[in-house]
Amino acid sequence: MSTVTAEHQWTIDEPSGRAGLRQAVSAEWTKFWSVRSTSWSLIALLLATIGLGILSTHALSTGPATIDPIRRIFVGFNLGQFAIGVLGVLYISAEYGTGQIRSTLSVMPRRSVVVGAKAIVMGGVGLVVGEVLSFVTFFVGDAVLSGSASHVAFGAPGVLRVLIESGLYLALLGLIGLGIATILHNSAGSIATFAGAVLVLTLLVSAMPTFIIHAVSRFLPANIGQTVFALSAPPRFATIPVFSPLTGLIVLAVYAVVLLAAGSFLMSRRDT
Amino acid sequence: MIEARGLSKRFGDVLAVDDLTFDVQPGRVTGFLGPNGSGKSTTMAMIMGLDHATSGSVKILGKQYHELRWPLREVGALLEARAIHPGRSARSHLWSLAQYNSIPKTRVDEVLDRVGLIDVANKRVGKFSLGMGQRLGIAAALLGDPAVVLLDEPVNGLDPEGIRWTRTLCKSLAAEGRTVFLSSHLMAEMALTADQLVVIGKGRLIAEMPVAEFVAHSTGNSYRVRVSSPEALMTVLEGANGEVVLSADGSLLVSGLDAKTIGDLALSLGVAVYELTAQASLEDAFMEMTGSSVEYRGVS
Ligand SMILES: Nc1ncnc2c1ncn2[C@@H]1O[C@H](COP(=O)(O)OP(=O)(O)OP(=O)(O)O)[C@@H](O)[C@H]1O
Ligand SMILES: [Mg+2]
Repeated sequence: MSTVTAEHQWTIDEPSGRAGLRQAVSAEWTKFWSVRSTSWSLIALLLATIGLGILSTHALSTGPATIDPIRRIFVGFNLGQFAIGVLGVLYISAEYGTGQIRSTLSVMPRRSVVVGAKAIVMGGVGLVVGEVLSFVTFFVGDAVLSGSASHVAFGAPGVLRVLIESGLYLALLGLIGLGIATILHNSAGSIATFAGAVLVLTLLVSAMPTFIIHAVSRFLPANIGQTVFALSAPPRFATIPVFSPLTGLIVLAVYAVVLLAAGSFLMSRRDT
Repeated sequence: MIEARGLSKRFGDVLAVDDLTFDVQPGRVTGFLGPNGSGKSTTMAMIMGLDHATSGSVKILGKQYHELRWPLREVGALLEARAIHPGRSARSHLWSLAQYNSIPKTRVDEVLDRVGLIDVANKRVGKFSLGMGQRLGIAAALLGDPAVVLLDEPVNGLDPEGIRWTRTLCKSLAAEGRTVFLSSHLMAEMALTADQLVVIGKGRLIAEMPVAEFVAHSTGNSYRVRVSSPEALMTVLEGANGEVVLSADGSLLVSGLDAKTIGDLALSLGVAVYELTAQASLEDAFMEMTGSSVEYRGVS
């Protein structure tokens, strides 16, 4: 048996302080961009938003003036929200699916730091990508409409509000996807839940008795989206209470924060 | 330095780890030995704070894992199943782990070189063979130049050259004063690599002793004895200060007595001796030791 030597002292370049959010964000940034699902989701998002915007405005460009051409330009955002939701889901569910999460938690055992870093990266990328797409979608759509009766000027009242808030909406939906998967871990289950909350729930509620529609509709993400990517709330909301776009976004932010906090709490409770 | 105290883990009805208390000291290789399903990986997961102990506690470098300030600079671990996203390259995988602990980028290529993966650094991990995956896991464990190295079944899937390389690596890490804790279900490999053993079976501690002692114990005077009436002989052998274990198949495993004494005692008792063989193999000693606690046994 070998003799027991004194415990090795590693004095070389151990930084002061401790590993925290700053380190975690840079690591999660690397991880975000080094898997293929990120580029696939972003391409899908781009095709949905700008692509559908072009198709939809093209049909308008020759007809009579529409009430709310902005809604037609942004029609692709109703689809794009699924792409960014999936991106948010996969950002953490793929770690559970592959076992990567065990490596991650070995180098950063504080679950809240990992979740916080992922939320910062997802929220940051979502916001930048969302804003870029919403401005590009507008200018492309508007170019298609130029000279037609439905043309809207960039400076028209409410347009800038739609542009800014639509990007914000996408970022928040990405965070909601991330939050759902932080709780559920499983990719398929999380994507189904996300789609359920955005699509199925909206259809379900719209088929309910009026008093339920009145009570619940305005809390549904997709309905909030409908008010965000338009100059005015769609006609079907004429008799239903809706949140103002900004209030709607605050509601979504609350969802995201609650989901992420719950996920982070559960992660520290559960085995990995 | 790892200190487990009354560590237990229950999964539903299964008590996977049962009241384990042991120490792992720096400066030597400690082998963590046990049959399949005996709770080695679960214990490792509790050390790493991945699984929560049902009761008891385990400390690493005097702290709970989540209290470590720079986890990767203090503890390097190779976890059992490959714990890596297959879509990333080896280099980006290691770089992201390094970033979590402010480890410089140059260190990534250093460890890739050390484990012999530098030529496939940009290849997606999903395309790696089992052995390459193990090497990448070892590279991750070395990334932070840690004081404690935990390796769960590191030689799984490695070729003989890889096994030897791992053995040398473990010994040199220990010689540098690090704490090296590696699990295996292969006794022979452990005998070559480890200085100290922690042996478990069915989640319970069976032995904690230097390998040298284990080897002496098992190859010294240990005999398998098959006789017409084992219980009677067992009483007599124990009366003569022998250590006797009655195996499930009715044979006795006797230590502390030599073959002549055993034979003479059997004759004086008038029992027929069918077998009296020296137990020379470490594997046998290991199986004997954990025999009653093997979780999954093949039919033979
Ligand atoms: N997540 C889990 N849920 C339920 N049971 C589990 C879980 N993880 C492990 N077990 C059980 O705990 C016991 C110990 O398993 P563990 O993987 O720790 O054994 P091991 O010693 O590492 O085995 P091996 O040599 O095969 O790797 C087994 O009976 C196993 O089935
Ligand atoms: Mg195991």
